[in-house]
Amino acid sequence: MSAITHEHEHDHDHDHKPTGIKRWLFTTNHKDIGTMYLVFALVMFFIGGSMAMVIRLELFQPGMQFVEPQFFNQMTTVHGLIMVFGAVMPAFTGLANWMIPMMIGAPDMALPRMNNWSFWILPFAFLILLLSLFMPGGGPDFGWTFYAPLSTTYSNDSTALFVFSVHIMGISSIMGAINVIVTIWNMRAPRMTWMKMPLFVWTWFITAFLLIMVMPVLAGAVTMVLTDKYFGTSFFDAAGGGDPVLFQHIFWFFGHPEVYIMILPAFGIVSAIIPTFARKPLFGYASMVYATASIAVLSFLVWAHHMFTTGMPVFATLFFMYCTMLIAVPTGVKVFNWVATMWRGAMTFEVPMMFALAFIVLFTIGGFSGLMLAITPADFQYHDTYFVVAHFHYVLVSGAVFSIIAAAYYWLPKWTGYMYDERLGQLHFWCSLISVNLLFFPMHFVGLAGMPRRIPDYALQFADFNAFISVGGFLFGLSQLIFVWVIVKCARGGEKATAQVWEGAEGLEWQVPSPAPYHTFDTPPEVK
Amino acid sequence: MSKTYEKYYVPAQSPWPIVGAVALFCIAFGAGHYVIDMSKQQSGFGGWLLLLGLAILVFMLVGWFRNVIDESMSGLYSSQMDRSFRQGMSWFIVSEVMFFMAFFGALFYGRVIAMEWLGGASNNAMTFAILWPDFQPVWPLVKTPGGIETQAMPAWGLPAINTAILLISSVTLHFAHTGLEQNKRGQLKGMLFVTLLLGVIFLCLQGYEYVHAYRDLGLRLDSGFYGNTFYLLTGFHGLHVTLGALILFFVFLRVLKGHFTPEKHFAFQAGAWYWHFVDVVWVCLFFFVYVL
Amino acid sequence: MPLNMTRGVTEISQQVYQLHMTIFWICCVIGAVVFGIMFWSIIRHRKARGVQPAQFHESTKVEILWTAIPVVILIGMAIPATKTLIAMEDTSAADVTVLVTGSQWKWHYKYLDHEIEYFSLLATPREQIANKLAKGENYLLEVDRPLVIPTGKKVRFLMTSDDVIHSWWVPAFAVKKDANPGFINEAWTRVDEPGIYRGQCAELCGKDHGFMPVVVIAKEPADYQVWVAQEEARIAAAKAAERELLAMSMDMAELMTTGERVYQGWCVACHQASGNGLPGIFPAIRGSQLVLNDRRAHIDIIVNGKPGTAMQAFGRQLSLKELAAVITYTRNAFDNNTGDAVQAADVYAVQQGKGE
Ligand code: HEA
Ligand code: HEA
Ligand code: CUA
Ligand SMILES: [Cu+2]
Repeated sequence: MSAITHEHEHDHDHDHKPTGIKRWLFTTNHKDIGTMYLVFALVMFFIGGSMAMVIRLELFQPGMQFVEPQFFNQMTTVHGLIMVFGAVMPAFTGLANWMIPMMIGAPDMALPRMNNWSFWILPFAFLILLLSLFMPGGGPDFGWTFYAPLSTTYSNDSTALFVFSVHIMGISSIMGAINVIVTIWNMRAPRMTWMKMPLFVWTWFITAFLLIMVMPVLAGAVTMVLTDKYFGTSFFDAAGGGDPVLFQHIFWFFGHPEVYIMILPAFGIVSAIIPTFARKPLFGYASMVYATASIAVLSFLVWAHHMFTTGMPVFATLFFMYCTMLIAVPTGVKVFNWVATMWRGAMTFEVPMMFALAFIVLFTIGGFSGLMLAITPADFQYHDTYFVVAHFHYVLVSGAVFSIIAAAYYWLPKWTGYMYDERLGQLHFWCSLISVNLLFFPMHFVGLAGMPRRIPDYALQFADFNAFISVGGFLFGLSQLIFVWVIVKCARGGEKATAQVWEGAEGLEWQVPSPAPYHTFDTPPEVK
Repeated sequence: MSKTYEKYYVPAQSPWPIVGAVALFCIAFGAGHYVIDMSKQQSGFGGWLLLLGLAILVFMLVGWFRNVIDESMSGLYSSQMDRSFRQGMSWFIVSEVMFFMAFFGALFYGRVIAMEWLGGASNNAMTFAILWPDFQPVWPLVKTPGGIETQAMPAWGLPAINTAILLISSVTLHFAHTGLEQNKRGQLKGMLFVTLLLGVIFLCLQGYEYVHAYRDLGLRLDSGFYGNTFYLLTGFHGLHVTLGALILFFVFLRVLKGHFTPEKHFAFQAGAWYWHFVDVVWVCLFFFVYVL
Repeated sequence: MPLNMTRGVTEISQQVYQLHMTIFWICCVIGAVVFGIMFWSIIRHRKARGVQPAQFHESTKVEILWTAIPVVILIGMAIPATKTLIAMEDTSAADVTVLVTGSQWKWHYKYLDHEIEYFSLLATPREQIANKLAKGENYLLEVDRPLVIPTGKKVRFLMTSDDVIHSWWVPAFAVKKDANPGFINEAWTRVDEPGIYRGQCAELCGKDHGFMPVVVIAKEPADYQVWVAQEEARIAAAKAAERELLAMSMDMAELMTTGERVYQGWCVACHQASGNGLPGIFPAIRGSQLVLNDRRAHIDIIVNGKPGTAMQAFGRQLSLKELAAVITYTRNAFDNNTGDAVQAADVYAVQQGKGE
């Protein structure tokens, strides 16, 4: 291995980075693009989070306090959109960009220029979305699910901007996904066979497939919204022979796989971190791969579990209920495998491991509430209440976001060449862990007691809990400032990281020096 | 460096992606405003921004492809890269298929489910009895529940001819490809030209059909679900034919310049795949929109 | 606030509660086992304790085991769930049928077996929402006219909507069903105990989605019959008054006071107390060209609405008197000062499709 890294040190020409702004605008380097994705995601996380803070501020007490209902709905909607499309997905794409070529021994992504294009589309897409908030009448206010006809006949002027901005977000995701698939398929180093690929690569491979399958369907959905609103079609209008529920079918055909798009790479990250810090190989590698694939396949058959109250015929409802419940099986396999990996290992608890452990527990709790939601008669009571909000924040915040944070800590030394500040990291972890539960756990109770979601004001009985939740929210938000501090500090210097960084780490990315040279694996590495 | 390994060419910096991103921004922002202005019958900057965006996009494509062609001609592309391009193109086509699936799915749902429910099927007896007692669920939906009337487009006139044209064009394109592979330049050029010509004829006929539908049949974009699916499916298909024809046109120009070799002709291959894909979509369309 | 799902007052709602508790406890047990093992290894298999990591990493046997056990558990959950679901969907043989229509942001109830129909609006005063008055006990969960149903009878609900999707939800009945425009969904309940039951609209339906409560009063059948008779009489009387009104003319002061009341109840949500609307979504009434220059069109838009927008056909929702009053009011308030009075007969003429 050292032979290759050696070669790099001599090969000055190759490690020469372009400088200045042009480096970032014109780059074709997967590491630069990965960095841009990650920074962008962090910025969007803060913007989306600030909107969540507006929501929590308004819900702190009953009565309308700070914002108008109309604006509140815009905050809810744009918060959801930004977190999903602007924070979590780009963060995963950033990680894919950085890590996949290094993990499979490729010199770069397969289509480097297109890679840059995929990234640079995104800031513009979100610029349009955010600008639409300043239009007269405001931005999108129909929920991130933009159900018709609220988003068509009854929406405000700016809807066309929303539609086109989603279109170009979709283009970005599709191109990004194509790049990932082609890279994995075509750029693996010799002898890096499919079943030797790290799980992060596997999960991303399957995620990319999901993206290619469902993002175009989302594009179709927004297109129909556009024509229904502005061009007189009636896809979602019974008078013209359409059906508003048709919108929901199309949306959730995209939407459900979308939520797995936001969790499968997280599974990959956790499957990388747990073995490293347990110093023991991942238990059941093959079954992990099959489980991931099963989840992906099943995800196409469950979409209508978001629509149990829309009045589908019983047999359809039952079909979707059973399929949804089945997803617990492969997901359970993953959880059990992680636990078995830890069993009789020799564990240490650095920050990435802490976040990964928290992920397992909290994601599983979110999965349990998901399973409860799948039970249709019970879902009639849970649907569109804060119980659902609790469910998806557990899987998204303490699931997807925690995994991203874990990944950032895990690979920061590889990216920057310096160790992050372990004490600050632990502080960040504990603050996040406690506050995230203060924030989202009570939502289960509020939901069971009957508080609907997407309301700016609520009955008096919910007051105490909401105040509590809001405080949890503010604390969680503030805790994330520590994260930024850690990152900035680590980027600026600190203890030098070794190539392997973590004692138990295995894989190609740990065989190149830290920070990883600008170009890695110009010649393919030796795979054992 | 070992000899057996061909280096994977990672292009140096390129200005085109960011130019392309700006183009998409102008297109999206412009189109958004254009649509909004149009709906309020006022004029604004939207249309101009959209045009500017399209212009930048064309500029970007020209520049980008010029780079790619230069690189390709100077032999920078290994066979591994060729595979990347091919796989990339295939997955792009898969995504296009899924885009059409959204509309075919809508057609299926509207026809097999929504229409029947509006007519009282399944658990919707009351929908029919109370809300739409006069509605008759027959496809083509020539009279919507709300009472918009239109005429259906018959399948066995122009549409059938158009189907034949596209199918033949797929065959001629295939012959062009074999011509290329066997290094018969004449067959390549001739067949490619015929393909292009057929594509253009198809588009013209399609335009004529639209006029006919609007003027004589009263079949309009806003004539309810039948008109919606008819125009969106054929319309997006038409756009794809246009795009495919453009690709083939540039491929044709490159053929005239003698660019492709029997072994290496990714651009030709990509254009051909795209064309076949558009053809398959049409066949589905012909059955589901016109015939059935 | 109760910390768990409501048990409710119907057989179905009890079943749903049971289902909920069953799955909940199953999840708790699985969680306890999984997390228990995990924390055990966290504590025992720490490097700090000097352990050597084992190197096993595969076992088809356990993989099969932990695939099969969850499947069995899931089947165990699915069976009662299926039974309850099928019972919930069986709307046949109902004693009373009510057509429930949602519209932005109120419910309309129409009894198909009687000559009864009315709107049900949020009754919480705006001052309470704006924190200017102390909030009442049933803040946001109170309406002017609740739905009334008999106990012990199977009541069938037909749900639909006039505009966007709403969802009619009463937790105590375990009934939540979307009201889709252009379609009718069905649901049913049989309430055992008389009482007042409160719920809310459960589907985002625009700005005032949070202000669209559902209140149902369940009465003993005898009391219910009394209520039906009273209500039929009230509605018949109102209709008669309408007819009389056509011949009368109301004075400006009366029109303006009634008009203001109607405006506050029905129009203010969109057009705002200032009459300025919300730019880009709800047009202003102040200085509106339509109001100032086209009296006929003004009456028409209020009576027939504007299709394809949030402006509803209020001709179906308000009485002639209220319509005349609110039209007069909007023609004269907000500095519009047309000085014009619109009478019930004028509105009636437009309603009948004739010119004024
Ligand atoms: C990362 C995102 C993510 C993930 C992973 C999931 C995972 C799951 N979700 Fe969730 N979901 C969302 C994001 C996600 N969801 C979002 C965003 C919404 C709301 C959208 C909106 O309306 O805005 C939503 C809504 C939602 C609904 C609709 C609720 C409603 O609106 O009424 C339902 C209903 O079935 C559901 C179910 C499930 C199930 C069954 C899983 C399963 O995959 C969970 C499987 C995991 C486990 C079960 C735990 C581990 C397993 C074991 C330890 C094995 C043994 C266990 C048993 C046998 C019980 N989800
Ligand atoms: C990955 C996705 C994701 C993430 C990470 C989050 C993160 C958070 N979300 Fe969520 N949320 C969604 C996805 C997500 N959300 C979706 C899809 C919906 C549904 C939308 C819809 O109904 O259409 C939703 C809806 C939703 C609601 C329901 C709104 C409603 O129904 O009306 C609420 C309410 O509390 C909420 C709160 C929060 C909070 C407090 C956080 C926190 O975790 C955020 C923490 C981050 C920060 C706070 C930013 C960083 C810190 C600073 C900026 C420093 C300054 C801090 C302070 C001033 C305290 N979200
Ligand atoms: Cu009506 Cu929400
Ligand atoms: Cu789902």
